[in-house]
Amino acid sequence: MSSFFAMGGYAGFVWPAYAVFFIVLAIDALAPRLQRRRLLQELRGRLQRRASRDRNGTSS
Amino acid sequence: MNALTLWFHKIGSPPTFYRIAGWLGPWCFGLGLLFGLVGLYGGLVLAPADYQQGDAFRIIFIHVPCAWMGLFAYFFMAANAFVALVWRIKLSEILAVASAPVGAAFTFITLVTGSLWGKPMWGTWWTWDARLTSELVLLFIYLGIIGLYNAIEDRRQAARAAGFLALVGVVNIPIVHFSVNWWNTLHQGSTVRLMGPSKIDAAMLWPLLLMALATHLWFFGSLLARARVGLLELDGGKDWVRTIALADGARNHE
Repeated sequence: MSSFFAMGGYAGFVWPAYAVFFIVLAIDALAPRLQRRRLLQELRGRLQRRASRDRNGTSS
Repeated sequence: MNALTLWFHKIGSPPTFYRIAGWLGPWCFGLGLLFGLVGLYGGLVLAPADYQQGDAFRIIFIHVPCAWMGLFAYFFMAANAFVALVWRIKLSEILAVASAPVGAAFTFITLVTGSLWGKPMWGTWWTWDARLTSELVLLFIYLGIIGLYNAIEDRRQAARAAGFLALVGVVNIPIVHFSVNWWNTLHQGSTVRLMGPSKIDAAMLWPLLLMALATHLWFFGSLLARARVGLLELDGGKDWVRTIALADGARNHE
């Protein structure tokens, strides 16, 4: 098992390469989720503002 | 309209595509992850060490599939950009713009893993070799496309400008691909070939091909997720998006 992690003396190059691979792809998968959440929040805010403006417009 | 065009229009309509992509995307991610783990087990555990490069060659199982994906994503982006510019199809604009960040991510991984591979094998992190330089240019083109798209306020005009830049950048693609044949520099030639036998043992080839399949699936998973966000943004004022926004809000408040 330790020889697996040692990678024949190349551990310092092989494992960072794999770490970069996993980290970048994890960010790639998370980014659209965060963008979607932010966008939908923004849209709801816009809808609420418009609804309250319409209410105020009819009452005055 | 005949049945095929009708079907095409239905698939291409934003709410339908949004729904299909929402179903298909997680499958792409899930299968990509599954094949990727099997491929990495084959590459890191089952495949023997290289006679010349020892265990350092194992970087190939991420470096080469990511390099292929950097080019594949560009092809996909340029093809969609072409369709978007000629026929003004909204969905193609969205798909072209959505593939840029995924392609940039894969190109970035290719450059970093290549650098980590080059240090023990060539004795240097970086050299202005033809392949390395053209790959770096590819990353800059991706970043330029993303930057241009975000710099323009109007989403459709931004997509057209970015698509135009994507088509101009196509000239770099054959340079990346053929650079190892045209200039005889540090970077080694192709190991896996579509035409003729590959210069690699079967025990190393199958994990590599499985990783290529996994990264393709991952690309489409990420592409569909990004295209969904793009459609929501573009159709922000429409009823179907309003329904989704309100349903999402109700779910968050529970």
